Amino acid sequence: MSSTDVQVTQEVKQPRVAVSLIDWLRRNLFSNWLNSIITLLLLWVIVSALVRLFDWALTEATWTPVVKNLRLFMVGRYPGEAIWRVQVALALVLALFGISGGIWGGITRKVTSGLVAATILLAILPLSMGTRLYFVGMAVLMALGFIAGLRFPRLLRWPAIALWIISPIVIVILIGGISGLLPSVDTSLWGGLMLTLMLAVVGIVASFPIGVLLALGRRSKLPVVKGFCVAYIETIRGVPLVTVLFMASIMLPLFLPAQIRIADVVRAMVALTLFSAAYLAENVRGGLQAVPNGQIEAARSLGLNVFQTTTLILLPQALRMVIPAIVGQFISLFKDTSLAVVVGLTELLGIAEVVIRQPDWLTVPGGVQREVLLFVALIYWVFSFSMARVSYQIERRLGVGTR
Amino acid sequence: MSEQVEVKEAKRSTPKHQLGEEIIICRDVHKWFGDFHVLCGVTTSVRKGEVVVIFGPSGSGKSTFIRTINRLEEHDKGQIIVDGIEMTNDIRNIDAIRREVGMVFQQFNLFPHLTVLQNITLAPVWVRKKTKKEAEAMAMELLERVGIPEQAHKYPGQLSGGQQQRVAIARALAMEPRIMLFDEPTSALDPEMIKEVLDVMRELASSGMTMLVVTHEMGFAREVADRMLFFDKGQIVEQGTPEQIFSNPQHERTKVFLSQIL
Ligand SMILES: Nc1ncnc2c1ncn2[C@@H]1O[C@H](COP(=O)(O)OP(=O)(O)O)[C@@H](O)[C@H]1O
Ligand SMILES: [Mg+2]
Repeated sequence: MSSTDVQVTQEVKQPRVAVSLIDWLRRNLFSNWLNSIITLLLLWVIVSALVRLFDWALTEATWTPVVKNLRLFMVGRYPGEAIWRVQVALALVLALFGISGGIWGGITRKVTSGLVAATILLAILPLSMGTRLYFVGMAVLMALGFIAGLRFPRLLRWPAIALWIISPIVIVILIGGISGLLPSVDTSLWGGLMLTLMLAVVGIVASFPIGVLLALGRRSKLPVVKGFCVAYIETIRGVPLVTVLFMASIMLPLFLPAQIRIADVVRAMVALTLFSAAYLAENVRGGLQAVPNGQIEAARSLGLNVFQTTTLILLPQALRMVIPAIVGQFISLFKDTSLAVVVGLTELLGIAEVVIRQPDWLTVPGGVQREVLLFVALIYWVFSFSMARVSYQIERRLGVGTR
Repeated sequence: MSEQVEVKEAKRSTPKHQLGEEIIICRDVHKWFGDFHVLCGVTTSVRKGEVVVIFGPSGSGKSTFIRTINRLEEHDKGQIIVDGIEMTNDIRNIDAIRREVGMVFQQFNLFPHLTVLQNITLAPVWVRKKTKKEAEAMAMELLERVGIPEQAHKYPGQLSGGQQQRVAIARALAMEPRIMLFDEPTSALDPEMIKEVLDVMRELASSGMTMLVVTHEMGFAREVADRMLFFDKGQIVEQGTPEQIFSNPQHERTKVFLSQIL
């Protein structure tokens, strides 16, 4: 009776009615003649497009630019002798995922299984032997972390949380270097998928609290606070991200003393964060409005102060309602990092441009744009799709809309 | 004041409960919503242990009045003193009073993202700084008292209306308030659930709690109230013991209203 951590699972499985395939087809795709024609037409379009695509991919396409430049795609011009530092950083994150999956179960466990599956898949691919061994190692590492988390959940809970919190700093130190310990690698050498992920993660982690504060500020009774938040949100939402990126890269130095030079990477991170925060604020505001006033009155009448009411009653309910919208915003942010190419960053799309312009492919008739862009698009898709799946899981778990 | 209202001082001859000193004092309380004069000079006082039932037509300002007592609504003029503390804009006073005054709402207002137990322990832990253990032990006692200890780990959405309102009462009691305010606690309930909530309130009244109850449950009022206040158009038109109000109402408006609801 003393435990409040009882999980209530309200998943009610709908009884599955056995339907034969023919029945299902008839009911859903061929219910009348118009429906049947549309079905056949679409089927023909899809099949012929796929056939054409596979035909091209397997016979005409030149995949050498992708295969030869895999490292460029992954880490950009990051120096080869320091690449172990990226590998260690990735290992750290994956190990943390493994341990967390063991400790918390549920959705974290699903994410971990997904990551294990991904590393195993990568280990099977015909990559260099060293790379394949590395991914096998990662799969094993995650499995070990998982078992550790499963065995000692209480012991590892707080260390795991602490590690998650300091992990961004550790990763930046590992990848960027620190005086005296690790030789520094200039941020202009960071690139590829690594940079894309760093931009996205920093943008997501930093814009979330700012977005929540802006949303709360917009409800404030103080006109100055409210005015500032409204002006900020509406201004940012009124301009394209490219503008914000240019502004950050040109204007930011104006506000700072001349001695301080900020790396392009940091400017892009600031721009993405400020941009995403405005959209998040609007999403969160929707959630805040949906919480009935009676909730706040009940909390206040119990003697909870404004801060406690906000953090314990208002935000948990509001955020829960807008998780799908928030994750949607995060997915856009992830894809929007590709715009950083306009301020000279060689993230994934920037690398694609670099590869397309390599002189080696001048002789290829028609160039190698299609292959390279398709490959990059596939990478974006894998990440966006995974995020959408996780969001869907969270939604189901919290029973959004079925409160 | 332009409109003088004659207020009959109730004879407190045979109170149902042991009465102490005055714990709520309202002097000439006014409130406006924009141009609309909701409370037009409410003067009354409530003594410790007293059970006061407030009734009157819809829109007469009953809810607004009891909400001024824990400052969910601000009054614009007059004086409200609760447990020796005057209601001002001073945040510390407001927070201090809210700790001493529990409130039960018509719509329950339980926190849907927390279990029953978490609903009850939240304020004791965060406001009274009790340990989780103490708070949970107390919550379980309160759930016994309102008759639903077996629901502790459910979420509010899984309970019936009557059960939810009993949890709401337990949640308010967990702060060990000196005064309880009820705003039509049974109005949103199906008839078969009204009794279970009124039973809890009856028990609470006999335990010596000071209670202000807005309700139209006249059986409950007759049985439990020490005093009844008839509200109309933002004023206390008439007050007295249930016996006086039911058998010998003085004002035309009271008579008309009682004839409508009895
Ligand atoms: N926040 C508010 N703003 C404007 N008018 C209000 C507000 N709350 C209540 N009122 C009005 O004040 C009057 C009294 O309301 P209320 O105290 O809820 O009456 P009762 O509880 O007696 O039915 C009603 O006419 C209502 O419409
Ligand atoms: Mg009311």
